Amino acid sequence: MIDLFKDLVNWASGPTVLFTIATLGLLAAFRFTQVWSKTSAKVFFAVLAVFYTASMWDPDFFLIVAKPDNIPITGVIFLVFFFTWFAMHQGIQNDRRSAGEEEVLEKQESEKVWVWPDLVYTEMLAMVILSIVLLVWSILLAAPLEQPANPADSPNPSKAPWYFLGLQEMLVYFDPWLAGVVFPTLIIVGLMAIPYIDTNPKGNGYFTFKERKAEIVIFLFGFLILWCLLVVSGTFLRGPTWNFFGPYEYWDVHRVEPLLNVNVSDFFWVKLLGRPLPTGGFFAALMREWLGILMVGAYLFVLPVVMSWPRDRFPTGLKWLSCHHYFEKMGATRYYLGVSLFLMMMSLPIKMYLRWAFNLKYIVAFPEIFFNI
Amino acid sequence: MLNRILAPLSAAWKEATDSQVWTSIFRHGKPVSNRNRALVMMSNVFLHLHPVKSRKAGIKLRYTWCMGGITFFLFLVLTFTGLLLMFYYRPTVEYAYADIVDLQEHVPLGIMRELHRWGAHAMVITVWLHMLRVFMTGSYKPPREFNWGIGVVLLVLTLLLSFTGYLLPWDQLAIWAIAVGSNMARATPLLGTEGPLSASLTLGDISLINAGNDARFALLGARSVGQPTLLRFYVLHCVGLPLVAAFLMAVHFWRVRKDGGISGPM
Repeated sequence: MIDLFKDLVNWASGPTVLFTIATLGLLAAFRFTQVWSKTSAKVFFAVLAVFYTASMWDPDFFLIVAKPDNIPITGVIFLVFFFTWFAMHQGIQNDRRSAGEEEVLEKQESEKVWVWPDLVYTEMLAMVILSIVLLVWSILLAAPLEQPANPADSPNPSKAPWYFLGLQEMLVYFDPWLAGVVFPTLIIVGLMAIPYIDTNPKGNGYFTFKERKAEIVIFLFGFLILWCLLVVSGTFLRGPTWNFFGPYEYWDVHRVEPLLNVNVSDFFWVKLLGRPLPTGGFFAALMREWLGILMVGAYLFVLPVVMSWPRDRFPTGLKWLSCHHYFEKMGATRYYLGVSLFLMMMSLPIKMYLRWAFNLKYIVAFPEIFFNI
Repeated sequence: MLNRILAPLSAAWKEATDSQVWTSIFRHGKPVSNRNRALVMMSNVFLHLHPVKSRKAGIKLRYTWCMGGITFFLFLVLTFTGLLLMFYYRPTVEYAYADIVDLQEHVPLGIMRELHRWGAHAMVITVWLHMLRVFMTGSYKPPREFNWGIGVVLLVLTLLLSFTGYLLPWDQLAIWAIAVGSNMARATPLLGTEGPLSASLTLGDISLINAGNDARFALLGARSVGQPTLLRFYVLHCVGLPLVAAFLMAVHFWRVRKDGGISGPM
C-alpha cells in the first residue's frame, strides 16, 4: 500500500506529469475561484504538512529535504503557497464586495492613522519575531561546509545556487546562450517593462482578481510554474547527471537514461523525405534548417501580427487566438512588446512539450556557430 | 511592598529623562500625545523614512505583509554579520577554507556564519514575496512604474549578492556552483567563446573572442574559477554590490514616499 503510494508520487513528480498537473491545477484554480477559500487552504496545508511529515520516514526523501541548504526550498514551497493563496483570497473577497456594490476593503479603511504606534509597532514586532526565527534556525542548524575546493573533482550533480535552478532546468530544453543569457535578460527586462505594458488602470492599490485576470494569470504562471516549480524540482528531483529522481528514489549515480533527441531538420530531411541532411557550406546549412527557421520566424514575427487581427478573421475553433481587443486598448508598441515577451515566456513550456512528445532537440540547429534554438 | 521598589525606579527614570543628555537626544516627550507622535517621526532620521500619518488600510499587515520591511531588516542583519565575518576571513585560496573551519571550531558559540547564510537564503525568498505582493496589489501601476523598475534591479542585486557570497567558503559546493553558473557566460552571444556569432568577430585570421578575454573571463578574472575569481567575488560581495544596493534602496524608499506613500485605491 505504502509502496504503491510511493510509486504513484514518484511517477507524478516526473517532469512531464508534475508540470502538466501543476499547470492544469493553477488554471483550474483561476477558473473555479471558490477554491481560494479559507477551508480549502486549511485542507491543502494540512495535506501538504502531513505528506511532508510522513515522508520524512523515507530515507531518500529525508536525505534530500533535510539537507541544510535545502531548508529554504521547503520555505519556498510553504511560503509561496501561503502568500499566493492569501493574495488571491483577499482579491476574491474584494471582487465579491465590488460585485455587491460595496467598496473594496482597502478603500473602506482610507482614514489616516498615526504611524507611531500603528506602523512602527508592527515593524518592531516583525523585527523581533524574525530575529528569534533567525537565531533559533542558526542555533539548531549549523551552516554546512563541504570538502575543500578541488577543481579536479567535479561533483555529480553539480548544481548552481538553488535560486538559479530554474535557469539550470531550462538547460535541459535550451542551449546555454538562451537558458543562461538571453532568457535571464528577458526576465529582468520583461519584469521592468510590466508597468509600461500593462495599461489596465484598475486594481491599483488593492487586491483583486476579476479586474486584472490576464495580468495575474500570466504573472502567476511565470512565477509559480516557470520559476518556483522549476526551482523546487531542480533542487529535490534532479539528481546525478541532472537525471530525474522521484522524491522517494535513491540518487543512483550510475543510472543511464538513453535518449535520442532529434532536430527538426532530421524530421524533415531524414524521416519525411528519406534523404541525408544537406552538407557543405553556408547555403546548405540554411537549406538544412529552412523549416525550423520558418517555424521560429513565424512564431516570433508572424504570430503577433496574426493575433492582433479581429475575431471574425479567425476560423471557428481558433477565435481564442485573437488579441484584437488588447491591440486596440494598448496600441501597437505596447501590444507588440507585450506579446513578444509573452511568446518568449511561453517558448519554454512549448519547447518542453515538444521535447516530451517528439524527443525534439533543436528547432533550428547551427552547431557550427553555437546558434541552436 | 512593590511600590517601595517601583517608586524610586520611576523617580530615577524621570530624573534620567529630564536630564540634559536625554533631552538633547530626544527633543520631545513620550509619543502619547498626537503632537509628540508627529514630532517623533519627524525628528528621528530613521523613523522619518515614514510619514507622520498613513492610510489605515495601507499599513495593515494583511496588505503589505511587512515584506519590504523584512527584506530591509535582513539586509541590515547581513551587513552586520558580514562585517563581523570579515574580521576572520581572508579571501585567498590558501586561507579561505581554513578560516571558515577556524570560525566553526575556535569561535565559541559562534553563529555569525549561520545567521549570515540562513539570513541570505531568507532574504532571497522575502524579496520574491515582496515582489509578489506588489504585483498582486497592482502597486507597480502609475505613479509607481519607476520604483517597480528599481525594485527589479534590487531583486537582481540580491541574487548577485547571494551568488558572489556562495563562492567565499571555497568548498566543493562553492566552486562548483559558481563554475556551473559562470559557464553560462561562455555562451553569451558575440562575447562568449561558445556564444552564437562570436566566431564571426575576427581580425583577418585571428579570432577576437577567446577563452582569455570573453564574457566568462571577465566574470571570473581567469579561465577557470581560481584566486582572481575569489578576490573579485569577495570585493563585489563585501563592497561593490552592497554599496550599489544601499544606494538603490535609498532611491527605492525615497520614491515610495514621493510617489504617494504605501499604495492604495485611488
